[in-house]
Amino acid sequence: MAYESYVLVCGGTACCSGGADKIIEAFANELEAAGLKEKVQVVATGCLGFCEQGPIVKILPQGTFYVQVKAEDVKEIVAEHLVKGRVVQRLCYDPEQAKKLVAEANIPFYQKQYRIVLRNCGVIDPEKIEDYIARDGYKAIEKVLFEMTPEQVVDEMLKSGLRGRGGAGFPTGMKWKFAQQQPKGQKYMVCNADEGDPGAYMDRSTLEGDPHSILEAMTIAGYAIGASKGFIYIRAEYPLAIHRLEVAIAQAHELGLLGDDILGSGFSFDIELRFGAGAFVCGEETALLQSIEGNRGMPKPRPPFPAVKGLWGRPTVINNVETLANIPVIINKGADWFSKIGTATTKGTKVFALTGKVNNSGLIEVPMGTTLREIIFDIGGGIRGGHKFKAAQTGGPSGGIIPEQFLDTPIDYESLAKIGSIMGSGGLIVMDETDCVVDIAKFYLDFTVDESCGKCAPCRIGGRKLLNYLKKITDGRGTEQDIKDMEAICDAMNKASLCGLGQTASNPVKSTLRYFMDEYMEHIHDKKCRSGKCSKLIQYKIDPAKCKGCTMCARKCPAGAISGTVKNPHVIDQTKCIKCGACESTCKFGAISHG
Amino acid sequence: MSEKLETMTPELKAFVEEWKSKPGNLIMVLHRVQQTYGYIPRNIAIEISTMLDVPLAKIYGVVTFYNFFRLQKSGKYNVQVCLGTACYLRGGDDIIKEFERRLGVGLNATTEDGLFSVEAVRCLGCCGLAPVAVVNGEVHGKLETKDVEGIIEQYRKLG
Ligand SMILES: Cc1cc2nc3c(=O)[nH]c(=O)nc-3n(C[C@H](O)[C@H](O)[C@H](O)COP(=O)(O)O)c2cc1C
Ligand code: SF4
Ligand code: SF4
Ligand code: SF4
Ligand code: FES
Ligand code: FES
Repeated sequence: MAYESYVLVCGGTACCSGGADKIIEAFANELEAAGLKEKVQVVATGCLGFCEQGPIVKILPQGTFYVQVKAEDVKEIVAEHLVKGRVVQRLCYDPEQAKKLVAEANIPFYQKQYRIVLRNCGVIDPEKIEDYIARDGYKAIEKVLFEMTPEQVVDEMLKSGLRGRGGAGFPTGMKWKFAQQQPKGQKYMVCNADEGDPGAYMDRSTLEGDPHSILEAMTIAGYAIGASKGFIYIRAEYPLAIHRLEVAIAQAHELGLLGDDILGSGFSFDIELRFGAGAFVCGEETALLQSIEGNRGMPKPRPPFPAVKGLWGRPTVINNVETLANIPVIINKGADWFSKIGTATTKGTKVFALTGKVNNSGLIEVPMGTTLREIIFDIGGGIRGGHKFKAAQTGGPSGGIIPEQFLDTPIDYESLAKIGSIMGSGGLIVMDETDCVVDIAKFYLDFTVDESCGKCAPCRIGGRKLLNYLKKITDGRGTEQDIKDMEAICDAMNKASLCGLGQTASNPVKSTLRYFMDEYMEHIHDKKCRSGKCSKLIQYKIDPAKCKGCTMCARKCPAGAISGTVKNPHVIDQTKCIKCGACESTCKFGAISHG
Repeated sequence: MSEKLETMTPELKAFVEEWKSKPGNLIMVLHRVQQTYGYIPRNIAIEISTMLDVPLAKIYGVVTFYNFFRLQKSGKYNVQVCLGTACYLRGGDDIIKEFERRLGVGLNATTEDGLFSVEAVRCLGCCGLAPVAVVNGEVHGKLETKDVEGIIEQYRKLG
């Protein structure tokens, strides 16, 4: 190491909003004042994954890991840790209020993780190409250009067993092979960075933390399939990722790693950015291509597949960000190494955005085959606030809800499909007993109905109908016949929709019907929502034994639902009550309760 | 309210010229228009239609398809409340209601003084901080309904 110590300050989106830039500034000032400027380097990195506890500061070589750091804490870190070599205990992560853990390697959050995709996230400064190169960056493209034929590159991908991380799990090597076999001429390489699953940010963090790995992978893919041009289709809602990609593209050009005649190999490849504009369906590959062409993002029937007829009618390979991030490592370390990680059908690792009711929400990467229990309880630190685990959801609006009995399923594409969910792109949302599964199904349907492009009837009409049934049930007006109708609609949407959005939109409904039918029945028959989430099913009641007849509640009620005379017990007319809760908080005698 | 006519800035004009010959330029040009004015003004859309030689109907077809493009100016401070799954589970809908209540406006509407508008968005990519609201690019995380008043005041003071 050229410096004695390194101070890594997380510059991911979550930590930035917590004031990471002020922390960096404070370090610069304090180090200067302490005369350590030449000895300690401050690096702004990408997301370290532990966003819930941010802003995060990590100090190397000790690996000390400080959480929830504020600019005011910097003086102490410099004076104590960097000058005197003493750990600032107060700022260390501390799960049980017991033993203080100081190094990252000791934090349970990191112990079960295995980082391939996120290898550089939180380690390098994403705006410095030298940092990427120092960690074997652009070594793979050199190897590919000078030691391998395009066929050998495709073979290596096939052998590695890498499958697309965008959701469908299609073998990457196979996709490349189709495109490679098309007649020579203009071909395109597209990176799908549209990341539309609401509640997921794996791709964003990869792009923000390690943009060069995506450029390198796209160039490798371009060489393999014979494309000279690449596009990254990225959400406009990700300004920091866009900025870092722009910086990275300019740097790669400067060093001759992108553009004409890369490294003197005779191979030319260039990458341009195209911005999405907030349409979930544009993550679907045919819609995405429409959008790059400047049109409304409506999906098209497949075949023809994009690998045959894609952008402007030319052969096009579309790969997800996470898929691509694996590729330089596979080239460097070999397909054999990669295919040893994971399960029989699914090789490598998966990045998840772990959110919802877990203690440590954040970005994690685990080998395929890890169980949900390990992810939620060992890495995620269990359920927040002493609540009980109820279900987990993978695959966002296209995925299913997984109940407790499957917590020990080793996850891969096949095992998740078997239990009615999908791997999806990596959103992993944890729910506890205060969440209502019918309400969650309604939430997802609301999303897909909103985002349906309207091109085909099963999705356009079926989705709306499903949503209406769910509204009816959560309002307490549902019947058993509704459930039968919903099952039929789910089936029809599944079979007859044109694109993946409609085909999978019913999964949240199907899986909740499958595993939580009792809760649907409670909503229907008992007009009860056990989580208390469905506000229309809440009933406010006055206990006549406790009511003193003070009339306060009747005067407060905005709906005129309470009647009664002075000094006599009051009653609530349930047909008029709008469940605002005003009466309960008004009553000084605790006579009103809800349930 | 009659619609305000915006003037084409030289920077925008140069951008359109630069992109003119590139296939699939329309969405990138519209992004630049919105970045310049905060929305897609009708008279600028008409000018773009001539400059790029695409029918106005196609421009409006694209603008209305994508949620990101807006046809009306937002408030000086645009409050984007996240209703992605992580934020929804941690009470994002209560946050949005509180903003609506305190500002006295509904979704996608602007307060009378032109200062605030409220918008629901899907995942801002910092789910670790759920529930989240972003005001003009500034992230406010781990929100509770009682924080809403302070956030509004913070911006109101800036005027
Ligand atoms: C409605 C819908 C949304 C999708 N959204 C995304 C997305 O946000 N990101 C992504 O990489 N793939 C998304 N996909 C999958 C893509 O269509 C495509 O399969 C993927 O980008 C291929 O890359 P891969 O083989 O590397 O996974 C979506 C599919 C559907 C049907
Ligand atoms: S399934 Fe839905 S999103 Fe897909 S093409 Fe049909 S209407 Fe559009
Ligand atoms: S406020 Fe309480 S005590 Fe008074 S009338 Fe209502 S229920 Fe009875
Ligand atoms: S919950 Fe509201 S509407 Fe219902 S009785 Fe109480 S005050 Fe009236
Ligand atoms: S953004 Fe800092 S740890 Fe994720
Ligand atoms: S769900 Fe709100 S930031 Fe992701």
